[in-house]
Amino acid sequence: MTNSFEPTIIGFTCNWCSYRAADLAGTARIKYPPNVRLIRLMCSGRLDPTFVFKALANGADGVMITGCHPGECHYIEQNYKALRRFQLMRRTLQGFGIEPARIRLVWASAAEGARFASEVSSFIEEVRALGPLHWGKNDNVSSALTEAPIKKEEVPA
Amino acid sequence: MTTTAKPKFAMYWAASCGGCEIAVLNTNEKILDVDANFDVVFWPVAMDAKYKDVEAMEDGSILLTLFNGGIRNDENEHMAKLMRRKSKILVAFGSCATEGCIPGLANLSDSREMVHTAFTTITTDNPHEIYPMTSYDVPEGEIHIPNILPMLKTLAQVVDVDYYMPGCPPESAQIAAVIDLVIQVVQGKAELPPKGSVIGAGNSTVCDECKRTRNVKTIKAFNRIWGIAPEPSLCLLEQGIPCNGPATRSGCKARCPKAGAQCIGCYGPADGVEDYGARLISAFASVLDAKEPEEIDRILDGLVDPTGQFYRFNLAGSLLKAAVPAWKKEKA
Amino acid sequence: MTANLIENTSPADGRERIGVYVCHCGTNIAGVVDVVQVADWAAKQLKHRGVVIAREYKFMCSSLGQELIEKDIKELGLNRVIVAACSPHLHEKTFRTACANAGLNPFLCEMVSIREQVSWVHTDKAAATAKAKAMISGGVERVRHQVPLEPMTVPIDPTTLVVGGGIAGIQSALEIADAGFHVYLVEREPSIGGHMAQFDKTFPTLDCSACILTPKMFSVGSHPNITLLTWSEVEKVEGYVGNFTVTIRKKARKIDEELCTGCGICQEKCPKKVIDNVYEAGLGYRKAVYTPFPQAIPNRPVVDVDNCTYYEKGTCKACEIFCPTKAIVFDQQDKILNVKVGNIILATGYELFDARRMPNYGYGRLPNVFTSLEIERLTNAAGPTNGNIVLRDGKTTPKAVGIIHCVGSRDKNFNNYCSVICCMQSLKFAHIIHERTGATIYNFYIDIRAAFKDYDEFYQRVLEEGTLFVRGKVAEVSDVPRTESEKGKLIIQVEDTLVGKQRRIPVDMVVLSAGLEPRKDTREVAKTFGISCSVNGWFIEKHPKLDPIATMTEGIFIAGCAQGPKDIPASVAQGAAAAARVLSRIEQKQMALEPVRASVIEEKCSGCRICNGLCPFNAITFHEDRMVTEINPALCQGCGTCVAACPAGAITGTGFSNDQIMAQIEGLLMLNVDQEPVAA
Repeated sequence: MTNSFEPTIIGFTCNWCSYRAADLAGTARIKYPPNVRLIRLMCSGRLDPTFVFKALANGADGVMITGCHPGECHYIEQNYKALRRFQLMRRTLQGFGIEPARIRLVWASAAEGARFASEVSSFIEEVRALGPLHWGKNDNVSSALTEAPIKKEEVPA
Repeated sequence: MTTTAKPKFAMYWAASCGGCEIAVLNTNEKILDVDANFDVVFWPVAMDAKYKDVEAMEDGSILLTLFNGGIRNDENEHMAKLMRRKSKILVAFGSCATEGCIPGLANLSDSREMVHTAFTTITTDNPHEIYPMTSYDVPEGEIHIPNILPMLKTLAQVVDVDYYMPGCPPESAQIAAVIDLVIQVVQGKAELPPKGSVIGAGNSTVCDECKRTRNVKTIKAFNRIWGIAPEPSLCLLEQGIPCNGPATRSGCKARCPKAGAQCIGCYGPADGVEDYGARLISAFASVLDAKEPEEIDRILDGLVDPTGQFYRFNLAGSLLKAAVPAWKKEKA
Repeated sequence: MTANLIENTSPADGRERIGVYVCHCGTNIAGVVDVVQVADWAAKQLKHRGVVIAREYKFMCSSLGQELIEKDIKELGLNRVIVAACSPHLHEKTFRTACANAGLNPFLCEMVSIREQVSWVHTDKAAATAKAKAMISGGVERVRHQVPLEPMTVPIDPTTLVVGGGIAGIQSALEIADAGFHVYLVEREPSIGGHMAQFDKTFPTLDCSACILTPKMFSVGSHPNITLLTWSEVEKVEGYVGNFTVTIRKKARKIDEELCTGCGICQEKCPKKVIDNVYEAGLGYRKAVYTPFPQAIPNRPVVDVDNCTYYEKGTCKACEIFCPTKAIVFDQQDKILNVKVGNIILATGYELFDARRMPNYGYGRLPNVFTSLEIERLTNAAGPTNGNIVLRDGKTTPKAVGIIHCVGSRDKNFNNYCSVICCMQSLKFAHIIHERTGATIYNFYIDIRAAFKDYDEFYQRVLEEGTLFVRGKVAEVSDVPRTESEKGKLIIQVEDTLVGKQRRIPVDMVVLSAGLEPRKDTREVAKTFGISCSVNGWFIEKHPKLDPIATMTEGIFIAGCAQGPKDIPASVAQGAAAAARVLSRIEQKQMALEPVRASVIEEKCSGCRICNGLCPFNAITFHEDRMVTEINPALCQGCGTCVAACPAGAITGTGFSNDQIMAQIEGLLMLNVDQEPVAA
């Protein structure tokens, strides 16, 4: 990989806090790299691990999950469910060989536009350092038996 | 070959354990119905036949083929494509064919490492570290053996599948019911369900058939089945035992929870579910009784091997299909 | 040609006819994103995904822009619309209304943000253009799976519940009651009036607080449309906007309110004196049977069972003996009421910051350090010292007084925020104390916040009266003298930042303008009513600028200090605003709820009950008889948590369905970032 690898990040935001934080970053013209593509959900509690796996399977190099600060969820306490799912998801993905750092959970209130932008930027850099995931696109994996070595001498009769 | 007008039936096993064949035989007398109503043209476990016999058949001439086992090597893939060509109705039979099942767990490693391990572990007497090759010269000529594919695939990932019968193995009673249905269809008394359906199973999940009492769920800790003495009439999940029943398709009559063991998910996901493991991750995590990250971690530490817990049967059929080592070639 | 509108209800079946509209937004978007290229790309590259037309226009939100969409819907038979422009929080309604005007269900229109999330935050034009395409691709895939939705309407019960009988709650109750609708006003204390009833004078007019408050209190007490429930608390709230069922505990006063005439003999005769920590801020006494103050509404006492001799030992009963109407009922029980209301206004007020948390100021240890509420009682003519401003010994008039601003406020160690009223309150004290005692007054401030009508003029006046202002945060209040002249005094140690010197200022009395804090039980109250608190504990409003009196929960409104520190005019204004909003709802008689909600597919539900504990709005119920779960569509707020949690995939969510999100993910990733040329 050359050092101009541009990670593709999918970000999930919640309608009330983090999506508005992203909007605020925009209104305040705070710049961040264009690698993240945001999806709006009503609540971080809507975050189904299926979405994360789908994003990774379809080519995302990292996934960012954002929501309201604990205690400030518009739907009272649904972001705690997101937190728990995030932690179990990360553990499971480790078993798949996916570095935990490829999934990040960020709490951002509607007033934290600058923070949102800086979290996005730092996450992009972290994923850039990890390298591309390019799930399943590595077709040059050869079949198991053609590369296995064999010693022809001393083959039993 | 016979020349009766009975519709043709075939059953083939790819990368499998043979349990599906035994399940078919466990339908007991029902097997006689198969013989009475069908012309069994190809069934390696039960009768002698050669691949070239199948190749010689007309395309689409086999009415029903039950194909079990995952697609692990060239031969499996070849046979999958062959049986597809020759069959009208191709059923992915059993968990291996529908979702990868246990052979699919090989997708957690690099397949070359898998071969290496198989041929050099302590239980293998291979002091010279000889590995199989796909072709080898002997005085009589060149020998070919199938090559192992980089990843295990489900049947549907290789050919177009008409119906799916989940289970490891599918319950014999369900197999009997499907045989009955197909006989009825042949006799013009019933209609086949829409193509792509799951047959021989229910529409809900194992909880639907489980008789244990259920309350609002909170999990304070995960327990191993041998770690506590589970209350027989109470939901296992509520007792901290990670039972996959809530996400697993019904149809088995909740055999395992009835016997005191947690459901491990061999019947696969319910309708419309894109990733079985994701459903369980979401469900289990949602009901943990913790709000602080450290406390959540502490509870999750009790859930050993999440990959195995959530993807034991379903890995090859999941969204991610395999772990990184299976498809990512190591850099030099 | 007028094509037939194909408003198909089965999503993504290939009959989608999608219109994509890319907005320039002047140069806001077009200055960074090549909108012409993007529209062109959408028309060509997304044709096989159902895009029938793709246009770009300078201002899509203008009437001409909207007409473009309406025309295309009618003439091209569009059944899905994507508008790539600003944030949906600004114009989603605009474009959905345009679609509805043209006969297309508004929920078949989706916005893609390429301004706040692309053109305004990225500098690389090529990358921004590529991202805009990806975002549109995601939107197109998503909208293919969208289905027509209809909002649900619920009736609005015209009765209102107001919680909190302070000035904000009183204002709300009166406005609604005067309009002819019934109000339940629930107050935790024995009388309404709140903190305002404790004050002496109010700034900047120096009106007597009780004089302006008590007429309103009286109106509440005698209003035919107000059911006043004091000494009561709300225990449970069930239901949804327009249809709440509220459980109220009317605590036992131990007085028969019908028989009692409010004559006050019981209080007179009661032998048990108790320190009044609530109304008198701990400076004065009340009896075990008491009304909190003479102008209490309702004018009915309560018995303090924790301090009453009868409940302790079974003796005394002086009140019962002397009561002329036999109104004392010692065994009276709490009463539980269940009322039905359509809307709820929370006006539960504030508490004072506990100055004991700042030991360096000596409150609680040094006798002559007072809090603001204590000074209010001291200066009040009806207070424990009859309005004489004296030290704790009850006799000595102070000759020098130090008033410290921002106690517990604007302080990283306690509360970061400004409590809004303390500066004006401190100036008020400076004026009153000087007027009554002639003492030298020092005000120790960080900034002087005197922002509203006549406030700054009041500040000027206090300046002219000779009050000494020291800009600095007081470090310490000490009674340890360093010199002869400091003996017997309280020494205020402070850095006078305008002079640049440390100063030790001896005074006789120190007044701490303690900050305002949310009530201690604010989180429980928020949970009871289904609203949220901020990290600081104030109730969260729907929008801090544009909707300060609504909450995110339909039907629940907030007013007064419960929403954040504010002065009396602002509390009154908010109380009136909340009332106006409620009246408008009552007037409309019914309300349309957003059709974003979850529902259970009963055949797929196995009754595992995993979702049952996940809903904070109690929308999920389990039917034991059928072993299935059901979701109440009116209570469901549409968060989607249960949709994500269901292990059987048996719960679907409209508006943000699995199919829609999964399709959006696919669309967003059809073009990977590194497949587009990115400038270094």
